[in-house]
Order: sequence, then structure tokens, then C-alpha cells
Amino acid sequence: MSKNSLKRLDIIFAPYSTSPYKLLSELLKKDKDAIIQELIESGLKGRGGAGFLTGLKWKLAKEAKGNEKYVICNADEGEPGTFKDREILSQVPRKVFSGMALCASIIGANKGIIYLRAEYNFLKKDLQKEINIFEAEAKKLNLDFSIEIFSGSGAYVCGEETALIESMEGKRGEPRNKPPFPVVNGYLGKPTVVNNVETFVSARMVCSIGAKEFNKFGIHGQKGSKLFSISGDTPKGGVYELELGLTVQDLVDEFGDGDTKAVQVGGVSGFCVPRKSFAKRTIGFTGKFTGDSLPTGGSIMIFNSSRSMYNVLHNYLDFFCEESCGQCTPCRVGVQQLLLGIEAIKANNKPSSYLKTLVKLADTMRVSSKCGLGQSIANSFQSIVEEFTEEIIY
Amino acid sequence: MLTINIDNVPVKVEEGTTILEAAQKIGIEIPTLCHHDDLCIAGNCRVCVVEEKGKNTLTASCATPVIEGMKILTHSAKVQTSRKHIVELLLSEHDEKCTKCYKNGNCELQDLASKYTVGDYLFMDLCEGKEYKIDDSSPAIQFDPSKCVKCQRCVRTCSEIQGVNVITVAEKGKDMHIQTFMGLPLNNVPCTNCGQCVNHCPTGALTERMYYDEIWEAMGDDSKHVIVNTAPSVRVALGEMLGYPTGTRVTGKMAAALRQIGADSVLDTDFTADLTIIEEGHELLQRLKKALVDKEDVSLPMITSCSPGWIKYIEHMFPYQLAHLSTCKSPQQMFGALAKTYYAEKMHLDPKDIVSVSIMPCSAKKFEANRPEMHSSGYQDIDAGLTTRELGHMIKQSGINFLDLEPQPFDSLMGESSGAGVIFGATGGVMEAALRTAYEVVTGRQVPFDNLEILPVRGTDGIKEASIKIEGSLPEWNFLEGVELKVAVSHGLKNARIIMKQIEAGESPYHFIEIMACPGGCIGGGGQPIPTNAEIRKKRIESIYEEDRNMTLRKSHENSEVKKIYDDFLKEPLGEKSHKLLHTSYTKRNKF
Amino acid sequence: MSDVTEIIKKQINQSGKKREVLLPILQSIVERDHYLSSESLLQVAKSLDISAADVYGTASFYSFLETNKKLGKYVIRVCKTIVCDMQGKREIIEAIENCLDIRIGETTRNNKFSLLYTNCLGWCHKGPVMLINNEVYTELTPDKVRRIINAYKQNKQEEL
Ligand SMILES: Cc1cc2nc3c(=O)[nH]c(=O)nc-3n(C[C@H](O)[C@H](O)[C@H](O)COP(=O)(O)O)c2cc1C
Ligand code: SF4
Ligand code: SF4
Ligand code: SF4
Ligand code: SF4
Ligand code: FES
Ligand code: FES
Repeated sequence: MSKNSLKRLDIIFAPYSTSPYKLLSELLKKDKDAIIQELIESGLKGRGGAGFLTGLKWKLAKEAKGNEKYVICNADEGEPGTFKDREILSQVPRKVFSGMALCASIIGANKGIIYLRAEYNFLKKDLQKEINIFEAEAKKLNLDFSIEIFSGSGAYVCGEETALIESMEGKRGEPRNKPPFPVVNGYLGKPTVVNNVETFVSARMVCSIGAKEFNKFGIHGQKGSKLFSISGDTPKGGVYELELGLTVQDLVDEFGDGDTKAVQVGGVSGFCVPRKSFAKRTIGFTGKFTGDSLPTGGSIMIFNSSRSMYNVLHNYLDFFCEESCGQCTPCRVGVQQLLLGIEAIKANNKPSSYLKTLVKLADTMRVSSKCGLGQSIANSFQSIVEEFTEEIIY
Repeated sequence: MLTINIDNVPVKVEEGTTILEAAQKIGIEIPTLCHHDDLCIAGNCRVCVVEEKGKNTLTASCATPVIEGMKILTHSAKVQTSRKHIVELLLSEHDEKCTKCYKNGNCELQDLASKYTVGDYLFMDLCEGKEYKIDDSSPAIQFDPSKCVKCQRCVRTCSEIQGVNVITVAEKGKDMHIQTFMGLPLNNVPCTNCGQCVNHCPTGALTERMYYDEIWEAMGDDSKHVIVNTAPSVRVALGEMLGYPTGTRVTGKMAAALRQIGADSVLDTDFTADLTIIEEGHELLQRLKKALVDKEDVSLPMITSCSPGWIKYIEHMFPYQLAHLSTCKSPQQMFGALAKTYYAEKMHLDPKDIVSVSIMPCSAKKFEANRPEMHSSGYQDIDAGLTTRELGHMIKQSGINFLDLEPQPFDSLMGESSGAGVIFGATGGVMEAALRTAYEVVTGRQVPFDNLEILPVRGTDGIKEASIKIEGSLPEWNFLEGVELKVAVSHGLKNARIIMKQIEAGESPYHFIEIMACPGGCIGGGGQPIPTNAEIRKKRIESIYEEDRNMTLRKSHENSEVKKIYDDFLKEPLGEKSHKLLHTSYTKRNKF
Repeated sequence: MSDVTEIIKKQINQSGKKREVLLPILQSIVERDHYLSSESLLQVAKSLDISAADVYGTASFYSFLETNKKLGKYVIRVCKTIVCDMQGKREIIEAIENCLDIRIGETTRNNKFSLLYTNCLGWCHKGPVMLINNEVYTELTPDKVRRIINAYKQNKQEEL
């Protein structure tokens, strides 16, 4: 792939127009179903992980019966290698609030909550100032919608939407059984939309430029653009807005340090792509191998050849051992077994064939864990173990 | 109605049915672990996963409601592999010592292991090198964390059924575990000792404190006179452990077995249940008189005091409402106090040689027996309280062929009982027994219910209410003429809380309330055979009422041994001796 | 341990006596005391009429709500997740350990500093990263860390 297939954009962080909530006031006048239609046509999918159609989520919440509804902005951003939500909230919070307000007006909610991870407490002061400005503006627009910040307390799993809701209800952040989904039975049992910070901004963008324009972005059949957080062995770490459909090779060419051996796409819950597959793997939300190419939160971690993939994997598994909520068997016990297992193989206490058993165990974790955390541990585990078998064993 | 397809068998079920329930309906067994019919759905063990056609991930059948047209496979290759893995994962986190384990043979984890894991274990042992501390601080229950599979059934039980919430899930990830507040020992938290968590635990992690070794010793010691009293609910449940269908009444066989394993005298707690009715009934009438005639400030409603789990609960949770409790001891403790006084005297025994053992459906009775105030005879009144399960074990250990035993009667002196004493074992039973007697004392006539069956206080509703209008009272009681006696019955401590909140707010409309700590009353006690669930409780309750129906003696005040003990020993209800031996006082305890 | 009733009252007045205020209350207490003593937990339980075990179980789930031991006035949390790990977290930890004469997981004798690990702080492109209470410090080097710690020691962190 040529270098110029990677296209940078600058929409999300573009400065506000002169009057900050002008766009919102216009959008609020539009027909609600038309907006939903627009969003669905744009194919906009959640930017937080699972990649659910945003328009459809709002539609379901709109149709759900309930005298009270909630709009929650998921700013728990705990996925290692992700930091774009922090950038959004510190640079363009008004776009987030606009997206939330838009969603609220569509589904019929008048309360919005930003679930802000504890690690971002330093953002609270400025955010609150911005919220005050927003609420004053909302009054002028006759919009009955207020926004509150709810601080997290240090738990990665609380980014999972139902765990997040449990946590807001003052409980342990243990993911719920689904169904029912939050759009029907969410915060305090009421219909609730949970969207990622970036999703709200993108939804606002789609509504402003229209599905057609939005779909003009994207290469190799993928549509739209999204933020990527780039870190690791790169001289240019940071947040970049890129068109979807790019290949891992494109990323490596642009951001690598010339010695890239592997790229972790989608954070520790995503896949590790080895050098030999860089050119083959496009990043986007559709296609045959959506699982493989899903950018999830847009975390891109670059590893050069000085890195031991055993250490990388060990670090991931350590992370999951601590951050699993611990309620379900495959995840709680499974991840401990994976960690202990690779240690034992490394130390020659288990034969290398034990790796096969572990890969199968990872399959079980993928299909039988209760939530996305346990289900996705297999992604990084299997991709690293299969592509870097030697490094794991010896 | 929705139609779904399970293993190629179509099944019609109502909306809201889970896949697990639908499968059970057509006789397909799906293994479970964290699921319990009494509790809310947790969906955390994942043992029950099944394959839903068209989905990549498996589905937890216990937690997923059916959808029209769903196609489910309960034992596809994918399901089988996952199931085996999951059971093995549970075992790898479990310090498996079945041969040394109390739950050997009655353990859900062991069952799963024997069905789904064959051959060598795949995974590594996660227990190795870990230190586990058994909490045996409580006289009633004990917790061995090395056997815990973290299904959270105990936590849900303590909170959903009992509303006590003394055990919780702490920390997360690999460190997640079950514990009390800050890990305090169980005897240091507001645990009621009800044992419901024990009854709902699938493994040997939570068990009652076992005392049968000491009993074996006493039984083998010729210098000791071992007398056993058996609670009413034991006789309708014990059989379940020894090969009989649920709810079979094994009263006579139980007495025979006890004698055979070495009890010197087999007596009946029902006798003191009848005695309780006499004392408690008079106490109620006295309170009513003080309130209505003397206009004294007495605590009404009066609440029953025979459930020691309930007593511990109110002492912790409502320490300023203790005056509402009847001062009567529980039948177990009345029995104990009389065993080492009245019985010893009549039988010419030295009370110090008597070992008094009770067989109870309950673990809270163990704590009760150990209360410092329960020494009215000058000795510890009850030496040991065993659960139904412990007795079941003893009978198994003794090698007795229970099925072939010839039924035998109880010994006499404190062995006679009425149907009223028997129904103590079911929720509403104490109330019914009390009304049968009190109404007759006041009016000279039988309670106005067909065949003495006071149906409004029966059944499994959490809180039941009834009222009886008193008409045609005898002259001595004419202050009660026309009074509408209002009563309530509750079981499961969560319901007790509702009743108590009403009392606390001064809004309780009742005169007399029966409260039992366990769901269904004693037949659903924490010490009863495992499993216990709604269906099983129902069957045991039916048997209790059947036992009552089959008795000629149906009212406590007609029990001839009870009459005799008043004539020979106690003299009169609420008399001086009664006060010393049969009544007690309560302790304010900390709520947190 | 000083009284937490004021904190509890404030939250309850603001948002009502309901379960949803539990975490905000616990957070405020930790903000002030740097950990949750068993007395504090008991008081919260009483005020919200939730069982003490439940309050404890909930608090212990969250890594920013310390329940086991009293932490120092300044809680240093160094990111140990993969990117920071690659970028030299080890040296940073060593520098802090030497500077404060404590090991990871410990608190200085004067109760001023505690040193803990934490997971990804969301500044991976600027690793290694640490938090001191709510302040973020990025692109750490052993030298930089020593300067920062010394400033805190002299209560001159504002000058950083
Ligand atoms: C373990 C786990 C962690 C997650 N963390 C986050 C997160 O930090 N931020 C986020 O927006 N979504 C996170 N998600 C995804 C959410 O569950 C949810 O899908 C998302 O917030 C929905 O918003 P979206 O549709 O806008 O992406 C996480 C999911 C899982 C399973
Ligand atoms: S998969 Fe892991 S994080 Fe998710 S519910 Fe299970 S134990 Fe908790
Ligand atoms: S709990 Fe069950 S599996 Fe564990 S040792 Fe006891 S009997 Fe065996
Ligand atoms: S014995 Fe009863 S009160 Fe005590 S922990 Fe078990 S269920 Fe809770
Ligand atoms: S103690 Fe028993 S019921 Fe409680 S979590 Fe452990 S295994 Fe389950
Ligand atoms: S029985 Fe269904 S998840 Fe445990
Ligand atoms: S890995 Fe350290 S901040 Fe993300």
C-alpha cells in the first residue's frame, strides 16, 4: 500500500464555530425520526468497543417505554493504549454535550451523566465549568436536559456498559446478564443509552454533514473516520483522526520507528498483528473478518523488534487478572490459568504442547464468559501465541 | 406462548421462561451451579451454557429468557468442551479433598466433576501454596474458603431471603472472594446463625459446626445418660437423606434409629412445644389483660420467640423492640432446662451425668444452646444441638439399614405430644397451635375452624394475616368479649424486617405475631437436608399437617404429660418455677 | 480518625439518602483521609442503612478506594501497563523507591507518601506516567521523578 492511502482528517478537534451551541439548536429543530434515519444510513457504529449501530441504539431507546430515561457518556476509557476520549473532553467538550443533548431530545431523556474514570479526575473542574455554560445555553434553547459527572473509582471493567450502570447505582461493577439491554432496562431500571465519548461527537458530526458526506470518508470499502490513539515504539505518539479502511501497514509506515515487529490493534482486548500480516489487515467496522479488523476503541500500540512478546503477553494477562470483575468462572479462573500456564512453559515445568491446551481454553473463555472482557482475552492471547510461538516457549 | 426447539425437540413455554426451565420441562438436564430456585439469577458460574444456533458465543441457559423460534443445542461439541473446561477451572481453584469433606456424597461440585471431567486434569492447581484460614469462630456455622467456588449463592441467600447481608463478595479479579465485613470472624458480625447460607451452598465451603463426634463419645460412655429430643420438622425431612422420597414421615424409624445408635432416652421436642403454647398463650392473655383492663403500658403486639435465628436478628437489628418478644424460651431450651431438673428428679439421675442432645432443623440452635443465660438447671441446659443433616450422617455412619427399621414410639415423661406441637415445624404452626389453645381457654369452645385447621395462617406467603373475633367468652375473660384478635405470621427474615419496621413506626395493627427466621418455617431450616427449595418445602409442610391430622391429640392443653408436669412440678403457667426455667431475657446487640 | 458524618451529610443533602450516593461518599472520604477506615465504613453503612459487609464489599472492588491500610497524604500511582512498562517504568519505580526509602506498596514512616502500581492511566504516548493524588506527571525520567518528589517533600509542588 502506498503511503498516501492514509488520510488524516481534522473534524473532531476542529474549533467550534463562533456561537458554540448553534449547531445543536438547529439540530434540535429537525425531525427526530429523520435524524435516526440519517444515523442509521451513515452506518455509524459505537466508538467504545462493541461497535453497535448508534442510530439503532437510539431508536430502541426512543421506542422503549419509560417515564424517565438516561443518556450516559462512557468516559471510563480504561483500555490500555487509548487516550482519545481524554483529548476530546479537554479540547472539545461542547461537541460531546451537544451529542448527548441531541440523543436526549430524541429518546426523551432529561438527565445526562458522564461516567469519568477516576484517573481523569483532574478534568473535572474544567468540565464542570463547561457544563455550567452548557446548561445556561440549554435553558435558552428551552431544552430540559442537565448533565452530571459521576466519577469512577478505578476499575477497568466499569467501562463495560452494564458494569458501569451497576457502579453508578452504588454497587460492585459486575456486568449484568444480557438481555435485558440498557436501552430497555438500564440505570435504575430505566431505558438508558450508553455511548462512548467519541460516539456522541461523531453522531453530532453525522447529523451536521449528513450520512452521504460522512460516507465519503473511508477507503477500501470502509466508511467514515475515527480517532486512533497511537503509542508504543513510535516517534509520533498521539491522537489522530484517520479514515477507516487503512491497513496496519499504512499505520506502520506513518507511525512506526522503522523496526516495527508487531502492532496491537484495539488495545489489550484486540488483536496483535505480526509483521507478515501488516499489509493484509485493514481496519474498519465491516467485512469478513470484522473481529480481526475491529478498531474497537482505536488503540494502536506499536512494538519494535527489541520487545519480547512473552513480556507483552505476560503484562496483558497480569492486567486481566487484576481487572476482571471476577464473578464468572471462565474469565476469573481462565485468565489465571493462562498466566500460570505460560509461566510454567517458560520455566520448563510444562511441555510446549501445553500451549495448545491453553489456546483451547482461550476458546472456551471467548464463547462462555459473561461479558466482553472475558470474551476478548482470547484475542490477544491467541494472536500472540500463534504468531510468536517461539518467543513464548523459549 | 412461545415455541422453541431444544435438541430438536419443540417445546411450548410462556414468555419469560428461561432456556433452563424450558429444557427441564421436557426432561432435558442442563447442569447448573450458581443457580438456585430460591434465589435471583446470577449467571456467573457459566456451567449451564448451551449453544444457540446462529450465535458465536454460548448462552447461559439459567439467565436467558427464550425467544420465539430459538434453536438450542444442550450438548453440542462446543458446549461439551466448554462445560468440561469450566468444571475443571472450578476444580483447579478448589482445594479438593473429598474423602475428608463433610459434603462428600452431597456436593454439587463433586457431581459436576464426576459427570463432566474424566481422566487427568488439564489445568494447573491454583490452590498450591495458598494459605486458607477456616473461620470456625461461630458456634453455629463455619466457612472454609478453600472449598468455595464463588457462586455467590450464600451472599444472595443472606441478602435476598434473610435481608441480613453479613457475607459479601470482596475485591475483584483473581482476588475476588467471599467474606464478612473487613474479614471479621463470623461470631463477630450480626450473623443470625440461621444457616440458610449453608443450606444454599453447593459445596463444603459453608457448613454447620459439627458436634457429632462428641455425641458419639457420650453415647459410648456408660456413665452418661444421653437423652435426645427431636424437633417436629426433623421427622418429615430426615428420610430424604436415607433413601425416602421428599416429605416422607419417618417419626417412628427416627426414634428407633436413635435408640439403636445409643441414645438412652428418645424424647420429643413437641412436648415442650406444647408447653410453650401453654406458657406463651397465657403470657399473651396476660398482656392483653394488662393493656385492656389495667391500662398498663405493655408491649403489643407480642411476638413469638421460638426461632433462635429470629431472636439473634431482632437483638441486632431492632434492639429497642425486644420487649415485644415473648419471654418464653424456645422449645429446645425449655426441654433442656427441664431435662436436667424435672426429668432428672423423676428418673433419679444426677443432672451432671445427663447429656442432653437435640436434633434440630437449624444451626441457630447451636448458638442458642451456647448462650450463657441458658444454664437454668445449673448446668448447660442443652449440651449439643445437632442438625437434621448431622443425624442423617450419624445414622449412615452407624450402618443402620434405616429402610428396614421397625418404627418405635418415643419414651415417656417428656415424649408425648399433640398435633399442635407437631405443626410448630411449619410457618404459621405456632400461631395455629396458640389459637387452638387460647381460644378454648377464653371461650371454653374449640376454635371456629373446620377440623381445627386455621387455614388463613397456613401456606407459603411471606406474610400472612388473620383475625378471630372473640365471642361468648368465659366470665374470667369477658374483657376480651367482642375483641377482634389480629394476628400475623411471617417467615424468612426479609419479611420479619417489614413487620418490625411497622412496629417501629407504631403502625402495627396486630396483637400477636409469629416470626420464623427460615423460609417455610423450620421445615425449611438451615440444618435441613440439602437441597431444600420451594417444592421440597411444600412437601414437608404437607407431611407436617398430615402428621397433625393423624393424631388423636390435637391441642397442646390436652397433652397429658403437659398436664402432669404442671401438677407435679411447675404448678401453674407463668408461675415461679416457669419463670426460672422456661422464660428468658434478651440482649441488645450491635447492628453493624 | 476524624469524623465522616459531615461528608456523609453533605452528600445526602445534595442527592438524597439512596444507594447511588454510596460511591460519591466513599470517594469524598478517600479524598480527605486517603483510605477508608473500618469506622468510616461503618458510619457510611449506618447512614445509608446498607449492611456494613455490603459497603465493604463494594468499596473493596475499586482500586482507588483503599480499605486495607492507611495511605499517605500523597498517593503515588505509577502505571505498569504495557506501554509504560516498555518505556521504562522499572527505572521510575526504582528512582521513587530510593528517593522515599520505601518499596512498592509501602507508605513512608511520616505518612506522607505511598507508592502503588496502577493500570493504564490514559497517557500512553507520554509514558512513563504517574499520578500523585489527582495530578498527572508524564514523560518521566528518573531525574524528573526525583525533582517531582523533592518538590512534594518540600511542599513546593505548585512550582512544578
Ligand atoms: C471490559 C470492557 C471495557 C469497556 N470499556 C469501555 C470504555 O472504557 N469506554 C467505552 O466507551 N466503552 C467501553 N466498553 C464498551 C461498552 O460496553 C459499550 O459497548 C460502549 O460504551 C457503548 O458505546 P458505543 O456504542 O458508543 O461504543 C467496554 C467494554 C468492555 C467489555
Ligand atoms: S467475563 Fe470477566 S469481567 Fe466479565 S463478567 Fe465474567 S469475570 Fe467479570
Ligand atoms: S466441597 Fe465437594 S468437591 Fe470439594 S472436597 Fe468437598 S465434597 Fe469434594
Ligand atoms: S447464617 Fe444466616 S445470617 Fe448468618 S451468614 Fe448465613 S444466611 Fe446470613
Ligand atoms: S461459600 Fe458456598 S455458596 Fe458461598 S460462594 Fe462459596 S461455594 Fe458459593
Ligand atoms: S447456573 Fe447458569 S450461570 Fe451458573
Ligand atoms: S500504559 Fe501507561 S498510561 Fe497507558
